[in-house]
Amino acid sequence: MSKRVAITGNEAVAQAMRQINPDVVAAYPITPQTEIVQIFSTFVADGDVDTEFVTVESEHSAMSATIGASAAGARAMTATSSQGLALMWEMLYIAAGLRLPIVAPVVNRALSAPINIHCDHSDTMGARDSGWIQLYSENAQEAYDNLIQAVRIAEHADVQLPVMVCMDGFIVSHGMENAELLDDDMVRSFIGQRTPKHSLLDVDRPATFGALDFADWYFEHRRQLAEAQTHVKGVVLDVAKEFAKVSGRSYDLFEAYRLDDAELAVVVLNSAAGTAKEVVDDLRDKGMKAGLLKIRLFRPFPHEEIVAALAGKKAIAVLDRADGLSTMGGPVFVDVRSAMYDAPGPKMVNYIYGLGGRDIDTEQIAGVYWDLARIAETGKVTSPVTYLGVRE
Amino acid sequence: MSASGKEKGWKDVPMGGLILEAGSSDKYETGDWRTYRPVWDQEKCRHCMICWIYCPDSSILVHEGKMVGIDYKHCKGCGICAHECPAKCIDMRLETELEADRAEGARAGAGAGGACCAKSGGEAGGK
Amino acid sequence: MANLRDLTKKEELLCGGHRACAGCAAPIAVRQALKAVDTPVVVGCATGCLEVTTTIYPFTSWRVPFIHSAFENSAATISGVEAAYRALKKKGKITRDIQFIAFGGDGGTYDIGFQSLSGAMERGHDMVYICYDNEAYMNTGIQRSSATPKGASTTTSPAGKVIPGKVQFRKDLTAVMAAHNIPYVAQAVPSHWNDFITKVQKALAVKGPAFINVLAPCRLGWQFDPAETIDIMRGAVETCFWPLYEVENGVWRVTHKPREKKPVRGWLEKQGRFRHLFRPGNEHIIEEIQADIDRNWEALLARAGAA
Repeated sequence: MSKRVAITGNEAVAQAMRQINPDVVAAYPITPQTEIVQIFSTFVADGDVDTEFVTVESEHSAMSATIGASAAGARAMTATSSQGLALMWEMLYIAAGLRLPIVAPVVNRALSAPINIHCDHSDTMGARDSGWIQLYSENAQEAYDNLIQAVRIAEHADVQLPVMVCMDGFIVSHGMENAELLDDDMVRSFIGQRTPKHSLLDVDRPATFGALDFADWYFEHRRQLAEAQTHVKGVVLDVAKEFAKVSGRSYDLFEAYRLDDAELAVVVLNSAAGTAKEVVDDLRDKGMKAGLLKIRLFRPFPHEEIVAALAGKKAIAVLDRADGLSTMGGPVFVDVRSAMYDAPGPKMVNYIYGLGGRDIDTEQIAGVYWDLARIAETGKVTSPVTYLGVRE
Repeated sequence: MSASGKEKGWKDVPMGGLILEAGSSDKYETGDWRTYRPVWDQEKCRHCMICWIYCPDSSILVHEGKMVGIDYKHCKGCGICAHECPAKCIDMRLETELEADRAEGARAGAGAGGACCAKSGGEAGGK
Repeated sequence: MANLRDLTKKEELLCGGHRACAGCAAPIAVRQALKAVDTPVVVGCATGCLEVTTTIYPFTSWRVPFIHSAFENSAATISGVEAAYRALKKKGKITRDIQFIAFGGDGGTYDIGFQSLSGAMERGHDMVYICYDNEAYMNTGIQRSSATPKGASTTTSPAGKVIPGKVQFRKDLTAVMAAHNIPYVAQAVPSHWNDFITKVQKALAVKGPAFINVLAPCRLGWQFDPAETIDIMRGAVETCFWPLYEVENGVWRVTHKPREKKPVRGWLEKQGRFRHLFRPGNEHIIEEIQADIDRNWEALLARAGAA
């Protein structure tokens, strides 16, 4: 039966990987993901998993070997962070283009320069258009649950896409929390077996993977990839429903926290949502109609549902833990605002926060809500994009 | 369906750009790249298979250990076979000359098999 | 030891209709290598001439399972396939014996793919890596690589008024791979087909990683008549520019010793890429190339105990 344990995000993810028992894991150490690889190594060394663990010489090779293994019909995983994900970048697109259901936890960490080992989302935001599904996790429990669900989502016949499960570096990866782990057998029966349609090891039906398309075919294959993204939403919800039966924990495309009757809304990903919920409760006590939308599925972007949830709000702030450097805000803001274009228009503002592991506190988030209150009252946005917590 | 399949839309092709028909390039003609055509003299051939092992285009046709012809659908006319043949039984002839010969043969009422083709015993090309 | 007539009875695993240039050595090398195979094989390939010419959608020339993912990772990709094979075999999901070959050109092997090759070899995957070395980035239009020999004119080391082609000597990758202390390393060339096929057979037979460097002259980049592809290969062996040898479990052995070691000059003369070396004032470069070949050949003979 499931058990409640005190566990870090990395430990929870490693435990999920042990329970998933992938055929192949190819990974390379990088802070703050390293623990996942180390813990998983002990599972391999102790015979707790059947996995062929490929200790590659770089993240580029980690993703390449994972691609090879997945194309060979194996259930294949890797894990990385930051520069490691950046080094994989070329191969991320190839994993998606070849329609390989790889699952990879990514421990969010800032990208260089300057080099920084702490949390922000610039790494996974850089991979948001690669064709990977991205699930974001507020805490260790969600990272664990998302990883297990990711296997089912990735391998679904209508999807066949790689999935990245993101959690915040150090804040979640190294922070000790209470989480409930499922029984090994429950996980194994929930994920089932991978049944690939085509495999490199099917030597009697030799297939060519990774052929060259000229202008006469590339567009069709990319269109196919775009179509697959449209199936993701439904599959994520279906898998969540089944997961709820097993775990008792329910998941959606996003979490709407006291949002229904809210007038002022904040949109955020990952661990900052925990802090923001506290702020919402506090402001509600003070009479402010504050609410929160925490995105779980960021890629593909569930724009219709998000618009429906945010329509009618008076003012919305999107909190981005990555800067788009476009001078028009962070990536989540750009997507949410674009989605909201057709909705009866609330005023929208963006806050870039927490880069390189900079803490965000309840006072700052409360400040965001007070800004929204002013905007709602005056109807005026004076600063569409604000850097929150930077020294001016 | 045509060999190139270009009438197909994105809904009709396998996922991920996979090619599921092994060796499908067999349907693709590269023979029309040729400037020179290898013309094989069956009489002189010792069936040593030297041309076969060196052919870049898998175009030397062999049956039960014996050369039976040249696959002109794929042969690009590189001339390696003629250059390497120890028996000198392959001759590289300009395609344009061969065409002229053929045309002349046809005019002379010699039918489809012109002089050159009669000489080159094994035009088994075009699988 | 292979017999040609017997080999013809084996299935042609690389079929015609690929778009390699007329006279290209790469498909010759691949055809010969695949003739060494007796069990089902999965092939990986780095981006490059071989990959683009054999897999133009919807046409593939491969009659074996094939994967290309990118340029620098043919070894890493196949290492993942091999790991999957081991995992699935252990679980009883695969019952057949399957072997694994990764191909890469010199760019994808000596240069951009060097790290992933080194890693895969060190990890001990049961795979054969075959580098078809045409001594430059031919697919992008003849740019110099670390396999390009000294003096060769390429599009990024052109023979100019001041600089006479590539200044540096080539990297001795075969020796570098031997330094990985893997069970089998060899240098080969398709002109000596029997030597090459035997080496591929040995490479497949060993448990663990094997590396073969096979010279694959490019008629376009080296500038010679396509009919002479095999001749040019022979010249590389006869001049000892490209010695044929193997390193089996650390033991070096020259597999073909030319009866008479020919001066490199005649071989260089046949290739347009070295044309400028014959201009007045550049003769010393030919002497340097000859001296380098002599030194390397003597060193090889000494290593192989055949001096």
